[in-house]
Amino acid sequence: MEGISVNLISGRTAVQGQNLDSKLSDEYFGEVARCDLNGADMEKLGVAKDDRVKVTTAYGQVVVRVDQDDGILAGMAFIPMGPWCNAVVNGDTNGNGMPSFKGIDATVEKTTEPILSISELMRTYMD
Amino acid sequence: MAELTDVVCSLCGCVCDDIVLEVENNEVVKVKRGACSVGKAKLLGHHRIPSPMIRENGELKEVSYDEAIKKAAEILYKSRRPLLYGWSSTVCEADKVGVELAEELGAVIDNTASVCHGPSVLAIQDVGLPSCTLGEVKNRADLIIYWGANPAYAHANHMKRYSYVSKGFWTEEGKKNKKLVVVDPRKTMTAKMADVFVQIKQGYDYPVFSALRAILRGHADVVPDEVGGVPKEQLMEIAEMVKGAKFVMTFFGMGVTHTGARHNNIVNAIQFTRAAHTHTKASIMPLRGHYNVAGINQVLTWETGFPFAIDMARGYAWYNPGEDSATDCLWRGDCDSAMIIASDPGAHFPGPSLRHMAKIPVIQIDPYANPTTEFADIVIPTAVSGIDAEGSVYRMDNIPIRLRKIIDSDVPTDEEIVGRILTEIRALRAKEVQ
Amino acid sequence: MAAESELIIKNGVVFDPINGVKGEQMDLFIRGGKIVEAVSNPKVIDAEGRVVMPGGVDIHAHIAGGKVNSGRLMRPEDGRKGLVPKTKVCRCQSGYSVPNTFATGYRYAMMGYTFVMEAAMPPLAARHTHEEIIDIPILDNAAMPLIDNNWMTLEYIKSGDIDLLAAYIAWMIKATKGYGVKVVNPGGTEAWAWGKNCNLHDAVPTFDVTPAEIVKGLAEATEKYEMPHSIHVHPNMLGHPGNFEVTKATYDLVKGIRPYRDRPTMHATHTQFHSYGGSTWGDFESQAKSIAEYINVNDHMSIDIGSIILGDTTTMTADGPMEYDLYQITGRKWTNCDVELETGSGITPFLYSGKSPVNTIQWAIGQELALLVKDPWKVALTTDHPNAGPFIGYPIIISMLMSKKRRDELAAEVHKAIYDRSELPSIDREYDLNEIAIITRGMAAKTLGLSEHGKGHLGIGADADIAIYDMTPEERDAGKIQKAFLNTKYTIKAGEIVVKDGEVVATPEGRTIFVTPECDQTLMDEMLVTLEDRFDKYYSVTFNNYPVQDHYLPHPYEIKAPWRS
Repeated sequence: MEGISVNLISGRTAVQGQNLDSKLSDEYFGEVARCDLNGADMEKLGVAKDDRVKVTTAYGQVVVRVDQDDGILAGMAFIPMGPWCNAVVNGDTNGNGMPSFKGIDATVEKTTEPILSISELMRTYMD
Repeated sequence: MAELTDVVCSLCGCVCDDIVLEVENNEVVKVKRGACSVGKAKLLGHHRIPSPMIRENGELKEVSYDEAIKKAAEILYKSRRPLLYGWSSTVCEADKVGVELAEELGAVIDNTASVCHGPSVLAIQDVGLPSCTLGEVKNRADLIIYWGANPAYAHANHMKRYSYVSKGFWTEEGKKNKKLVVVDPRKTMTAKMADVFVQIKQGYDYPVFSALRAILRGHADVVPDEVGGVPKEQLMEIAEMVKGAKFVMTFFGMGVTHTGARHNNIVNAIQFTRAAHTHTKASIMPLRGHYNVAGINQVLTWETGFPFAIDMARGYAWYNPGEDSATDCLWRGDCDSAMIIASDPGAHFPGPSLRHMAKIPVIQIDPYANPTTEFADIVIPTAVSGIDAEGSVYRMDNIPIRLRKIIDSDVPTDEEIVGRILTEIRALRAKEVQ
Repeated sequence: MAAESELIIKNGVVFDPINGVKGEQMDLFIRGGKIVEAVSNPKVIDAEGRVVMPGGVDIHAHIAGGKVNSGRLMRPEDGRKGLVPKTKVCRCQSGYSVPNTFATGYRYAMMGYTFVMEAAMPPLAARHTHEEIIDIPILDNAAMPLIDNNWMTLEYIKSGDIDLLAAYIAWMIKATKGYGVKVVNPGGTEAWAWGKNCNLHDAVPTFDVTPAEIVKGLAEATEKYEMPHSIHVHPNMLGHPGNFEVTKATYDLVKGIRPYRDRPTMHATHTQFHSYGGSTWGDFESQAKSIAEYINVNDHMSIDIGSIILGDTTTMTADGPMEYDLYQITGRKWTNCDVELETGSGITPFLYSGKSPVNTIQWAIGQELALLVKDPWKVALTTDHPNAGPFIGYPIIISMLMSKKRRDELAAEVHKAIYDRSELPSIDREYDLNEIAIITRGMAAKTLGLSEHGKGHLGIGADADIAIYDMTPEERDAGKIQKAFLNTKYTIKAGEIVVKDGEVVATPEGRTIFVTPECDQTLMDEMLVTLEDRFDKYYSVTFNNYPVQDHYLPHPYEIKAPWRS
């Protein structure tokens, strides 16, 4: 199945905030290793809630579970701020100090690959 | 069991200070009133790192505080360009020792504003900021605008304490005589509460601000039928709401600092406020994320002259965000060691810049294990500010409030640990000079 | 230990106006941080005929707190002007008109100053002022809370409850660990919270009292106590052409009020900004003569001059509307912060140019005031730092007041408007060192009530805060005078040498001086019922979290102000 092109943004959520001091918890994992899509886009991808998707940008790729949020327009994707979203964010700030955490060109496709735990994710940055 | 009142929450930039909670056997057992779900979670506490640790052969091994401090001092002392990053989730007293440490080492010192409201600071340095304290909004504002922010999630008490839902002197009926406008590419929880929701095309805030300024300055004729996904009619409607209000208050968040034009978005937001000010009273305020991110900016500014992203290698503060921001230092591989305190770059920095953090020695000072711990060579747990450590913090409107210590503990504070590292480094330097 | 160490300063020519010493060769003996009668085994400083004065006492400067830091934050370009690397003794330095806290302490001490009053502390942010004061090395400090646009003040003025107002003042000064009652654009800053302003007899929206009533009421309430200092007033209409009449009318308001002892009933600050004639910027002229005449014939007033230093600076006051007007004129960056139930502030950079007729006349006015007021005991030297200029410019003003020649040289370099729109070129008077000592330490110490607490003089028992300037009393060359007053030969603070040969050699921590007005508990309780209600309904912090905690004054010095019998 093909992927779709989206504009990827990130941000805070309440459950993410409740777990700022417990980022190694299951609740954090469940909330933050997640991508929200509009229902129409989910249909295009052939995914249902809690299926896994791979999000790819020019800077990296990450596997997360998917959830539906029709507050997001088709063609957009939202991943809560955190290590999974940051796996695909550009580290180059173009000299202004602020990375592009929002407005990233991404493709999303259905996948069977596993979601990495925080430990595994951090290890991908270590040679 | 003791009931404590007027407890101050140490999570987000709201710094709510009317929390009522119960403490029993030196533990917070119940949060009765005043805290939102996020603050409540913080106050009730989470599993804390029980002991300092040093990484040996890839595994973290428990050690004493003395050992961890000594090793941390050695690393920083030998380092040619240390990065001291974080500071936003601890108290000013600790921040001050951090500045002293940066000065002693000639280090780069930066805080989380670099990935948050740093662009807002840059905008203020361009055009200034017409603003006020949160109580002014509570008492006077009848038109509230949240732009690129979702307080229902990120600052959950904000509307009820300070803005849309709150009741004050000229706003006795709460939201009944107020209007709420929310501008966001997503229909968020906050957007669902709005009288007017502007579903802006993501990244198009800059031209939309410009369009509103043009309308407010009497040049609606230059505005096209649609700007950034927003129909002209809606822009005209908002301008009319501004003109008809007694006090317009705009709050903004990461939706405008993280995208496209960055600090230029904020400059334009401020200029929009000034345009509104030609018709009525108008102010604007960034929604600071952490409870003391404003505080570290204040401390850095009064102690060094500059607010964040500071390089002390020359013996004075060298300020050039984009060069000496933590994100850039890591991306370019500039620093050869890092001390991460009261923050979590492992979770919140772009992954690609973490590659360098994996290569250098990292000291983590934090009560809680988190993604940064994976990179840490030394881990030093400290007391939680607002729970077992007291100190000075600055709310999002720069009002200073004092956190209390509400339970006892033997755990050293951030201030103490940073101080001990500094003392140890000075001892190393004195020895070398001999 | 330093406290008990002994020091003798010999062969100095001492100017100690409070004790009537006007340039006498005498030795000074110091032990335990105080001036004493005799010592046995002292370290010796030979002043070699140099000028010796008590440490400078600055009655009004904006050096610590929210708007000062806003000024620093928004002006990295100012920060870059004064970068000095740290040394073994000193922390890093930055800034010119908004120096960092370390530079503030070092540079004042290098000029021989040992006490500076933070001019305006927004009460809700008092902790911030105190945190910055902690980080100012060497100097002793105090801070004045703003109590004139506060809703409680406005309500009590309206109802005429002066005793309850006095109780509120006591509570506020105690809660903020403040020194006295600061008044800035009374009523007008509350109006600015709605985008408006008030002239002296305009009713404040909603509260329906006038600035005139506020000033009078606050003076009456303040004088219920044995307060060391009178109300300290920044009158309405600052900076407007023609404002000199409003200024005099403001001074008149407190004429009938008896201060608790022989001191003024009002200290009017940065009077230069309030001595403007004409009606527009086009026919703008100095009315310093009129204000000076008023001060000459009225003994209930004291002033500080707020004299301009030509060049770039940063303006910052609680006069929100005035700062907005300034921003409208210049179009430069502008920050505003209205403070709930209390006050406000505005900050914007400004350039005083000798090429501008208006700026030139402004520049002349500050000096005219000092030269036309006959009694130097009514005058303090200030620049309303940094509004009229940075404090580092004080030596420039000193040299101009002492040298007619210097004034004439400079008058030829600035705009020729100085010749027909001000009196300055026609004034011959030159200050002598005794008078300089009065306007830079003696007058301020007396007017603040600090001379009874060891400041501003060198009598037995005084704090051993001493400045030794690298010049002899005969020096008349303006350039040399200016140089001498910029960097001392020695500055001594509490008996410890802190500056030597123009360099900081020690950085002890200073004290924070605060006043505790003593109010009858029943009266206080009555006031508290109302105050707690206002906290509950309108403030965004709780009543219990509001007062400044002891932690913020690591070295406190308390002055009690009992209720007058």
